Amino acid sequence: MPTAEDFAAIWLTLKLATMVTALLLLLGTPIAWWLARTKSWLKGPVGAVVALPLVLPPTVIGFYMLLAMGPYGPLGKLTSLLGLQALPFTFQGIVIASVCYSMPFVVQPIQNAFEAIGERPLEAAATLRASPLDAFFTIALPLARPGFVTAAIIGFAHTIGEFGVVLMIGGNIPNKTRLVSVQIYDHVEAMDYTRAHWLAGGMLIFSFLVLLGLYTRRKEKGDV
Amino acid sequence: MPSGVASADEIQVAVAANFTAPMQKIAEEFERETGHKPLLAFGTVGKFYAQIRSGAPFEALVSSDQDTPDKLARDGLAVADTRYTYAIGKLVLWSVAPGLVDSKGDVLKNGAFQHLALANPKLAVYGAAGQEVLKKLGVWDAVQSKIVLAENITQSYQFVASGNAEIGFVALSQIIGPGGKIEKGSAWTPPADLYPPIEQDVILLSRGKGRAAALALVNYLKTDKARAIIRAYGYQL
Repeated sequence: MPTAEDFAAIWLTLKLATMVTALLLLLGTPIAWWLARTKSWLKGPVGAVVALPLVLPPTVIGFYMLLAMGPYGPLGKLTSLLGLQALPFTFQGIVIASVCYSMPFVVQPIQNAFEAIGERPLEAAATLRASPLDAFFTIALPLARPGFVTAAIIGFAHTIGEFGVVLMIGGNIPNKTRLVSVQIYDHVEAMDYTRAHWLAGGMLIFSFLVLLGLYTRRKEKGDV
Repeated sequence: MPSGVASADEIQVAVAANFTAPMQKIAEEFERETGHKPLLAFGTVGKFYAQIRSGAPFEALVSSDQDTPDKLARDGLAVADTRYTYAIGKLVLWSVAPGLVDSKGDVLKNGAFQHLALANPKLAVYGAAGQEVLKKLGVWDAVQSKIVLAENITQSYQFVASGNAEIGFVALSQIIGPGGKIEKGSAWTPPADLYPPIEQDVILLSRGKGRAAALALVNYLKTDKARAIIRAYGYQL
């Protein structure tokens, strides 16, 4: 049976994924909107930066984050200048790391949904004298709703599956940075296969159900 | 190509993380002398154990402990009578900041640090040794909230070297300079009576049974040349 430590890791993982998903929907929406609408030459570079975590190994992201957040790195210098706690080995630290790491999984579905709307509904709104902000909230957001649902589900699931980055900057602290994926790794390394199976099997079932839900939903609604 | 005593072989070797640097040098020497090429994989012995059990093609294990070779021999995955202790590891409390760690380790008691890096005691012998030192000094409970656990001794080194953990336990072999001294930051080497000796064993795995080159490598760690390298990295013999 899973122990109290295992449940603590599960709770922490859910908390992290919820916070990261909420933050990413807030941050990712304006980025996705801009990427979908802009004609600026910056579209390519910004899109490439957002997509970097898709191709970079987590070890690269974790390694640079550890250096950047550390006392000799730019982020570390900034946090100490502001009198804030240093980020490595803290919950806030893995929230920030996860936001970067899961960014493309949230931005891209929303961007696709915005692009699918096209110019016409927004032009129509403009001729009816809706302000751009008005048109965004009353036309674009409702039309892009399926994209948001996809983005939230994948962002959430992807954050739950995160391992490499958290391992490198987390420090494996109970209730702060010891996530399920790290806990499983520890059980396997400690040759405690029974406990590893409980958590790993749980993750497998959870991930399957999330994807099943996502794909069944897509089929029914014909989403992006 | 005719196969004979003189033909060059490749040997797959699993090496405990703390022994990375000396093993690379020893492998070079071994290759120069015998023509056989050791292919080295570095990691924690817990992971190697799982991989070997699942049929990983390693022919020898250069371990950081005695338990894992023991267990492999009992499981019938290693050749029991090829096992011996090739080095005794030394633990160091280290900081990149000069002057932070004093020569008596009192920094552990006065608490002038935010984070103390320690390899996970459940997974790494150096972590277990560090835990033992903290307990013997009577500070284990006091430092609980400051401990950051690393997966292995390499990551513990990474946490301290990057400055993210102000102090931490590492292996002497990781920070010793060419002159046999620690050249960077500040350090304290806990006396041997504060933790059980870190006896590191090597063993021939079943995959290497009957392979002369693999057995030669296992026994090479006993030679004077290898022992000189091992000693230069701060291990005892």
